[in-house]
Amino acid sequence: MAIEHANVLRAAHLARLGVSDAQAERYVDDLSRILEMVDRLSEIDTEGVAPLSHPLDATQPLRADEAIETDRRDTFQGIAPATADGLYLVPRVVE
Amino acid sequence: MHDKTLAELARGLAAGDFSSRELTTSLLERIKRLDPVLNSFITVTDEQALKEADAADALRHKGEAGILSGLPLAYKDIFCTEGVRTSAGSKMLDNFIAPYNATVVEKLKHAGTVSLGKTNMDEFAMGSSNENSWYGPVKNPWNPTLVPGGSSGGSAAAVAAGFVPAALGTDTGGSIRQPAAFCGITGLKPTYGRVSRYGMIAYASSLDQAGPMARTAEDCAMLMNAMAGHDTRDSTSVSRNVPDYTQGLDKPLNGLKIGLPVEYFGEGLAPEVETAVREAVRVYESLGAQVIEVSLPHTSMAIPAYYVIAPAEASSNLSRYDGVRFGHRCDDPADLEDLYKRTRAEGFGDEVKRRILIGTHTLSEGFFDAYYRKAQQVRRLIRQDFLDAFARVDVLMGPAAPTTAFELGAKADPVQMYLQDIYTIAINLAGIPGISVPAGLVDNRPVGLQILGPHFGEAHLLNVAHVYQQATDWHQRRPEIKE
Repeated sequence: MAIEHANVLRAAHLARLGVSDAQAERYVDDLSRILEMVDRLSEIDTEGVAPLSHPLDATQPLRADEAIETDRRDTFQGIAPATADGLYLVPRVVE
Repeated sequence: MHDKTLAELARGLAAGDFSSRELTTSLLERIKRLDPVLNSFITVTDEQALKEADAADALRHKGEAGILSGLPLAYKDIFCTEGVRTSAGSKMLDNFIAPYNATVVEKLKHAGTVSLGKTNMDEFAMGSSNENSWYGPVKNPWNPTLVPGGSSGGSAAAVAAGFVPAALGTDTGGSIRQPAAFCGITGLKPTYGRVSRYGMIAYASSLDQAGPMARTAEDCAMLMNAMAGHDTRDSTSVSRNVPDYTQGLDKPLNGLKIGLPVEYFGEGLAPEVETAVREAVRVYESLGAQVIEVSLPHTSMAIPAYYVIAPAEASSNLSRYDGVRFGHRCDDPADLEDLYKRTRAEGFGDEVKRRILIGTHTLSEGFFDAYYRKAQQVRRLIRQDFLDAFARVDVLMGPAAPTTAFELGAKADPVQMYLQDIYTIAINLAGIPGISVPAGLVDNRPVGLQILGPHFGEAHLLNVAHVYQQATDWHQRRPEIKE
């Protein structure tokens, strides 16, 4: 399946990745060649084959719902671009 | 001291031939003198290293030293190291000082090892040549016009150059084994789940696995003893007994059944690599092994399946880099969307963006079944190929890469670069372990023999690799590095 300009812009928006129109054009080319290689998967008959998402077919183990981590908010916020009063700062969302 | 193995250095420290401080100082000096040529380190932690060396020497003085006490190593810059920048080779994390240690770092620290620093890598482990690092490419110690392989290229080059006797790498599609092959060292990718991924910056979570890179299989075994095991902080790490990997290394190989996958000796394999690998197989025959031909019929589907699954997982994992909690943030964002989009456009490099876009596209509405679901079905068939093969043979052997190290800049086309991983990628999809061992030099370029085993067969792989290294001397060859 070929990828079109609009697909690239849509993926870029979904991924919140800034891509200009000119850059998108270049990605159409790169990504088309990658997808062309990927399209070879369709040569294989996978009728009735269960998808494999974990190489050991393991399922998610559960544990008791207990707090095991200590509160390290100050340490973690110490590496944030902008914080105030224990909150992360971002541009105003609601006027 | 720089050309000794980890095991030799351990014996030297135990015998009191030198202290950890002397060893550490000598290696730091070598890094300072020669790494400007190779660029294998992103961060050298000299002060901290000397403190750790002194602590190890003090423990030894009290008679409390363990087998790894005072031994220097380095971490691929993908492992979180508390108080030390952990960049993943990306501008996005250039300012990221990790607030905690990865579990493997914690375990090796607890075992008394001394970290000399963080090694260079392809950005977020996406690459096969180490040319995708924001900190510039790494050069191959055997010849600085060649790539060291990737993505753990800095770790491979640092070991080959004698900067450290061992380093940690990660392997999502060949990122330990291919650079180990290109640099003439030994690199093990353990079974998926054998080593904790906690604190290892995620690329593709169902494929990523950490492993040791060193001169010999024996050294890898020593490190695996400290690294392997269940971790409650990584729910995909496996709760299963950890053997002593250094026991049984010498076990004779009489009657060992080796399978040679026909698909690993076909079109695209450089003749000089094939010659070296077949010669290595003959060495095994002389050691009493039997060789039979086997088939892994879905081999050609491994790269297509990987380039759906890995980018899909990456697009999800990398969504955390949003310019809000840590890492790069763009200047003067107009609104939240602008903050996200510009931060990510500025922070990520080209290959990372390509994979985010591919992953987002293939997971998006209307494409999911044709790509992601299909790739996961093919993944099961690929794994079944290996399970069928291991019902007939003990190990599989073949080349780690189709060629020896190539020139920097030689593979500008992404798809050409992806094809580098033809012999390594299926192993990650299947979750089995694999090791690359030095098996030849062609025009002063190392060749790697790849040995594969069934799930949790790493002790046997290390045994098979070690016996070969007792019979050959490829792992003892060292490059000459000019200042």
